Amino acid sequence: MEKKKPVTQESFPFIASAPSPTVPVPPGPIPAPPPAASRNEVALTIDGKTARVPEGSTLLEACKTQGIDTPTLCYLENLNPVNVCRVCVVELEGARTLVPACSRRVENGMVVRTDSERVRLSRRMVLEFLASSVDVSTAPELQSYLERYGGQPERYGPAAQAAGEPEAGPAGVHAAPDGLTAATVAQPVKIDNDLYVRDYGKCILCYKCVQACGEEAQNTFAIAVAGRGFDSRISTEFSVPLPDSACVYCGNCIGVCPTGALMFKSEYDMREAGNWKESEQQRTDTICPYCGVGCTLTLHVQDNQIVKATSPLDQEVTRGHLCIKGRFGWQFVRGKDKKKSS
Amino acid sequence: MGGGTSSYQEIEDADLILLWGSNARETHPIFFHHVLKGVKRGARLFVIDPRRTSSAQWADGWLGLEVGSDIALSNAMAREILDAGLENRFFIDHATSGFNEYCRSVDPYTLERGERETGVPAESIRRLAHEYARAQRAELCWTLGITEHHNAVDNVLALINLALLTGHVGKYGSGLNPLRGQNNVQGGGDMGAIPDRLPGFQHVENDSLRNRFEEAWGARIPPRRGLHLSGMFDAMEKGKLTALYILGENPAVSEADQGRARRLLEGLECLVVQDLLMTDTAAMADVVLPAAAGWCESEGTVTSSERKVQRVRRALSPPPGVRDDLEIIYELSRRLGKDWGTPDPKRIWDELRSLSPMHRGMTYERLEALDGIRWPCYDEVHPGELYLHSRLWQKPLLGPQAPFSPVEFEPPVDKLDNQFPLRLTTGRRLDSYNTGAQTSSYSSPLRRGESLDLSPEDGERYGVREGERVKVVSRRGSVIAPVRFDTGLRPGLVFMTLHFPDEVQTNQLTIDAVDPKSGTAEFKASAVRIVKLAASQPG
Repeated sequence: MEKKKPVTQESFPFIASAPSPTVPVPPGPIPAPPPAASRNEVALTIDGKTARVPEGSTLLEACKTQGIDTPTLCYLENLNPVNVCRVCVVELEGARTLVPACSRRVENGMVVRTDSERVRLSRRMVLEFLASSVDVSTAPELQSYLERYGGQPERYGPAAQAAGEPEAGPAGVHAAPDGLTAATVAQPVKIDNDLYVRDYGKCILCYKCVQACGEEAQNTFAIAVAGRGFDSRISTEFSVPLPDSACVYCGNCIGVCPTGALMFKSEYDMREAGNWKESEQQRTDTICPYCGVGCTLTLHVQDNQIVKATSPLDQEVTRGHLCIKGRFGWQFVRGKDKKKSS
Repeated sequence: MGGGTSSYQEIEDADLILLWGSNARETHPIFFHHVLKGVKRGARLFVIDPRRTSSAQWADGWLGLEVGSDIALSNAMAREILDAGLENRFFIDHATSGFNEYCRSVDPYTLERGERETGVPAESIRRLAHEYARAQRAELCWTLGITEHHNAVDNVLALINLALLTGHVGKYGSGLNPLRGQNNVQGGGDMGAIPDRLPGFQHVENDSLRNRFEEAWGARIPPRRGLHLSGMFDAMEKGKLTALYILGENPAVSEADQGRARRLLEGLECLVVQDLLMTDTAAMADVVLPAAAGWCESEGTVTSSERKVQRVRRALSPPPGVRDDLEIIYELSRRLGKDWGTPDPKRIWDELRSLSPMHRGMTYERLEALDGIRWPCYDEVHPGELYLHSRLWQKPLLGPQAPFSPVEFEPPVDKLDNQFPLRLTTGRRLDSYNTGAQTSSYSSPLRRGESLDLSPEDGERYGVREGERVKVVSRRGSVIAPVRFDTGLRPGLVFMTLHFPDEVQTNQLTIDAVDPKSGTAEFKASAVRIVKLAASQPG
């Protein structure tokens, strides 16, 4: 048997004849990143007031500097805008259509109205269409917007009989609407693994999960939008169950979902059992116990048990994204497992 | 000071990223997000790994070298850089020493020899050498593929030499980055949990540095370095170390040549284990001190791979009968006759700040306000350093020159021969971690248990099918594991993890050939053979 022994000397326990002790080196100048290109200022008028913001800003960012709270659903700070929900639209003088604030860049001399009747009507219609066809019971943000714009989704009538899983039927074939009931995307909940639940009856097709799974963060590409029109849906390839897909269970899709369509199974089970008490949960930021990257974990704690792990969107290491160990690897500290052998 | 020289944000702004002996896609997934941001901005990515890993699948180039031939590769790259006149003459003259000797040492490493020793085509070596030397900003990152070898420190020195040769250190977007495998490996080093260092990497054998600690603590500190882990096991073997107090480690499972490790732990007169789980090592202990989970049941700090000191906070109260590590240590001290009072993490941190210049500016308030600070941070207006060694580019040079350290290629200790023709290397999978003590508690749809991963070609050669259980034999022991084919492995190379010790004790196979300078065992290179089990033999 070949073995190479570490340096040990008879003078154990201390290894003598060390190389010369290191002397601290003097500190150098404080390193700085290369200076960012300077940005000119752009002046525009928002709701009658002049706003000055750096060029390249979006109207959404410009509105924020004016203290204007613009509703958004498909927009998120750590993702590129995809302009699909149309709830952030504003009126731009000279433009034929309303423009999405989340992605339209500011230009000198723009005149923007964020609360005109036209804007309010458009936002209300968008929200009503969503709420009449989608279960928004776990989407508090969307509900608050509905209230703000006086949306009445019930005026489209009671929910039509559910069509079931969209992938089950032939593509693009629909019965003519009866005008009395509201078509919905209601469908059975997908539970095909121990970590995620996918309840697409709650999905508003904001694409955020597709972005987070794809090139905006995780680059796994396990899901995409399938189908057209009202049949559009988020799907794995060939609608296979999640465990047969490319999914790596980072949970970053759940982290960005605004409606609870995607949910951790542990949260889903607690909600089903009536034990999910969000108002009683404490949130504490700490650092993930696994590899040395140093991801900030926000631990959601209820009754002295961790019930969920997330990460702040503005955190420079994670930008809100985690891996499977950070998302789910905390279960070893649950009290009941404490005494178990490894 | 030892730590990654760059910050993650620089990875995104680099022109060239080298992942050397690192499968960051699976082992440092969120770091890899930064790598991918860089790639999407146009950075070229090269992955150097015997396995064609999921990281390699993102690379512009994959160099599938023979396990343990890293120095042959880096020396051949260096020779090619010199041959082509691509070295950074200004930086070499200005900031380094020992260049001529280094040139002589790499001279025998022609591209042809590089190809012969590493198995990587000469043209690939040449291309990587040119790309690395020509890049404006190049980040060289490595993990345990570099350090879990009998010549770990030499491997690291070989990479440092490349950075000195090309000037890829000490400036924005160029650096040398060991990706730490555990959430506070860096912090442990920062705090002096290295045999020859006091907190802040201050050398224990430097009298004036040590004296400051002795004054502050009112106690004498042994003036010589102690032992690293592998050295401790050797001392146990010699009967010179008879009592061991282990905090949060599971060496009965995690040590290479596990049979020997267990035997030595069993032979101790006294074994104390402080852990949050009843690990296999804890089960062997005379005294078990149940500890709280440091990352969510205690207050304190950890340091990440980008040298960022970040707060960990108490989110839960520990279960009854379980105490915070600090409380246990304080109580132990009290019973040994010295009462330190009530443990207060902030007060201990402030004491550290008073003794470690590189931490001095990191008050708890600033750590909160800035969401962590990268060391060194010398005073309370210092922002922390985005990257290290900016002094090397100052004119005139600040401080000593950085030395080249010539190193020679030496193949792994566990030789391949007719009896043991297969190279076994070990590593992690995405959803699991080390000995599985923590990760086994959650149900991962990705987990499929331990397996002997080998190439389909070897499967055919040895007549084994996927799923078939085979005996894997090394010079030290044997285990039984099911076969799994992996097209990322080439013939002659097999792979296992350490994640499922209840199923397969992989460390029965590994060799404890230890690097004399770091004390790290050569987990990455064992010689094995596979033996088909008779059909009647139970799995």
